[in-house]
Amino acid sequence: MRRIPSWVWPIAVAVFTLALSRFVENDYYMFAGYVVLQYIVLASAWNILGGYAGYVNFGSAAFFAIGAYGTVVLDQLVEPPLVVAILFGGIVASLVGLVTAYLTLRLRGVFFAIATLALAIVLQTLVMNWEFVGGPLGVYTTRPDSIAGFPSYVNYLFVVMLVLALIAVLVARSIELSFVGRGLAAIRDNELAAECCGVPTFRLKVLAAMLSGGLMGMAGAPFPYYITYLDPNSAFSIAYGINSIAMPLVGGMSHWIGPVIGAVLLAVVQQVATVTISSELNLMIVGVVLISFITLAPNGVVGLFERYQQQRRWRPGK
Amino acid sequence: MVTFNLLLNAVVSGILLGGFYAAVTIGITIAFGMLDIVNIAHPVFIVMGSFIAYLVNRMFGVDPIVTVIVASPLFFLLGVAIFRFYHAAFEGSGRGSLRGLAFFFGMLFVIEVTLLLAFGVDYRLVRTTYIGPNVGFAHIDLPLRMVMPFVGSIALVSGLHIFFGHTFVGRAIMAVAQDEFALSLMAVDTVAIRQLAFGIAIATAAIAGGFLIVIQPVEPSLGREYIGRVFAICVLGGMGSIPGTVIAAFILGVVETMTSTLWGPSWAPAVSFAALLLTLAVRPSGIMGR
Amino acid sequence: MTMQKSLLQANSIGKSFGGFVALDAVDIAVRPGERVGLIGPNGSGKSTLVNCLSGAINSDAGTISFDGRAIERLPAYQRTRLGLMRTFQIPLPFMSMTVVENLTIPLRFAGRRHPQAMTTESDIEQALLILEDVGLRDKAAESSAGLTQVEMRKLELARAVAARPKLLIADETMAGLSNAEVDEIILLLLKLNDQGIAIIMIEHIMRAVIAFSQRAIVLVAGRKIADDTPDVVMNDAEVVRAYLGE
Repeated sequence: MRRIPSWVWPIAVAVFTLALSRFVENDYYMFAGYVVLQYIVLASAWNILGGYAGYVNFGSAAFFAIGAYGTVVLDQLVEPPLVVAILFGGIVASLVGLVTAYLTLRLRGVFFAIATLALAIVLQTLVMNWEFVGGPLGVYTTRPDSIAGFPSYVNYLFVVMLVLALIAVLVARSIELSFVGRGLAAIRDNELAAECCGVPTFRLKVLAAMLSGGLMGMAGAPFPYYITYLDPNSAFSIAYGINSIAMPLVGGMSHWIGPVIGAVLLAVVQQVATVTISSELNLMIVGVVLISFITLAPNGVVGLFERYQQQRRWRPGK
Repeated sequence: MVTFNLLLNAVVSGILLGGFYAAVTIGITIAFGMLDIVNIAHPVFIVMGSFIAYLVNRMFGVDPIVTVIVASPLFFLLGVAIFRFYHAAFEGSGRGSLRGLAFFFGMLFVIEVTLLLAFGVDYRLVRTTYIGPNVGFAHIDLPLRMVMPFVGSIALVSGLHIFFGHTFVGRAIMAVAQDEFALSLMAVDTVAIRQLAFGIAIATAAIAGGFLIVIQPVEPSLGREYIGRVFAICVLGGMGSIPGTVIAAFILGVVETMTSTLWGPSWAPAVSFAALLLTLAVRPSGIMGR
Repeated sequence: MTMQKSLLQANSIGKSFGGFVALDAVDIAVRPGERVGLIGPNGSGKSTLVNCLSGAINSDAGTISFDGRAIERLPAYQRTRLGLMRTFQIPLPFMSMTVVENLTIPLRFAGRRHPQAMTTESDIEQALLILEDVGLRDKAAESSAGLTQVEMRKLELARAVAARPKLLIADETMAGLSNAEVDEIILLLLKLNDQGIAIIMIEHIMRAVIAFSQRAIVLVAGRKIADDTPDVVMNDAEVVRAYLGE
């Protein structure tokens, strides 16, 4: 029997979800589902640089916000179709990723991590001082009332994010399985040895940073239409930063399915916690989960699964 | 209108601020510069110190700087405990640095949210005799609430410089910072030494916290704007060098204050990042680097 | 002086760290297929020289040409692709990968320009052949993190071979090994040399250097003090003094 190639599964799930969304009338599920899908994009994007190459990015919020504010800028000027805004956000974020990477990736990974953290703070400062996008008070973005082919605009946003999530997952997968992925893995294991084995370490790292940043920017682009009122605190929320790290960690950083698992688990837990307890406490949950997993199960759910499989192999009778 | 007077005051304010920044950064100079531990949660320990000072000040009226000096041994022990855990869990393993980074990031988060739950989002301040009045000479008008922390910071940093340069323990720490492997071969307990140093680093955070709440009101997420600053100063100052840290701190303090004066205070956070990027791009070993 | 063109020609290599002069106008040349030993007391600059040649660090002064090309400005990975490969004193395997996967990295990223790469054999198949050569074939599917010392040294060499080098710099491959293991490595290096790879062997184990090298270069305090056949070098008064002291 022929083995089903792994790329079939994300597409199948996406198509299934799309079909399902046609019958859901309560927009609340679309709202909630959007958040989960958004985190699938962010986590998968983060993992390209963080999990595959071993370079931690603390500033996911910066790239996400570039996408969001890119849309705001475009919206003030031309009211573009959403797809254009997404491409715009992706390109700008990717360029910022390129510059940050170029300046810091010749040094140790630690400096890249610190630079990304500072990047988020600085971009937030810039946005707060930029009256055109509302400064510290933020800006309203009108969500179109409807769009052809979809029961509501929110439904449309959900489907757009579904497509983005699918793209992010497939991009991560194709990188992981390609020579780029092998090179990144060598970099992660031992960068000096990788360089001496002919791996163009700097180029691959910059490429990974651009792809990672670009995808995050794309995830942020539809956000103003989703939330309708955008201010720097929500665009640059530290929740994005910590979730981007926690989700791949919990799911498993070495495999493209890890960020998906982590995103679904943590996003659902946080949605439930926000509604039942409080929004501050649910962020605390993420922090505690992060620390627990990094200490006890650094290879995430995927790692636990692999360990379980290995143990089963040692007991063939069972 | 930009006058000479204004600029002069800005420069002097910047120097006062820079002194404070040196106290804020010295913990990172030790932890990151000497021990190679990327404790990005350092600023949140400072904020923790500020809140303890606030509590004691509000309940008993005790001076915040006195409070944190008294509290610093507790923070020392906290630092030792954290190092123990960090060392057991992350050092020596393959991807230690990535996991260590994520660990401290998680800790930053948990502590900040804990403070948020305990104290809420409001700014908290302390009342002392020296918050409010100014001291002036020539054309210069100095708020006392800046002068006291400045004096305290210089005392702290000078004391540590003497400690590291002239005491047996301090020199041991510097030796470990330079070549841990060689020392471990000589049967020196390098783990104990590093543990001690990390404890000192966290203790300095407490003291800096006392200075912080004198200078300005504090709220739980304030630590975040300091992360960029402390690492910028540490790198600019050459990583493990205390004099370098002080010089870099002064430079950053002055540049930030000038920027605030000329273009408004909302631009200040951008200064440290620009400084950091510039340093990393041009001279990663900093001003007084190895 | 032979008229045969040098494979590696490094002239006046200089490198300082702060005030410390690690290398002082060192010249080194290697002909295609040659076996050269590089010796010197600890701290004499051997590792620094290797790092400068391979591109791990940039030299302050001097020129390096390899196979006719000036390489002193090239990043390390490009030098590897041109055929200049080095192993590490302390083996640096890719720990998350199996033994055979370790070899696929240099095969894919450096070994592609070699005529053998044009074959239809996959990277894995070529890697297994190389492992066969070094005697690690039966460990192919095992994690590289669980090897013995001598196995790790062999893996370093196998990985180096996978890059299809023209020149291999073997940095203290035999340090700390038993006599029998040292012999194994010598034979292995000779076998690789037979395949046409020029080798610079950096070692402290004199009998290995004498057995293996056609020519020996001696570095003391960052300067080259001898460059001749092993017999001549070993009897050179200055060399003896450097090793045994006054």
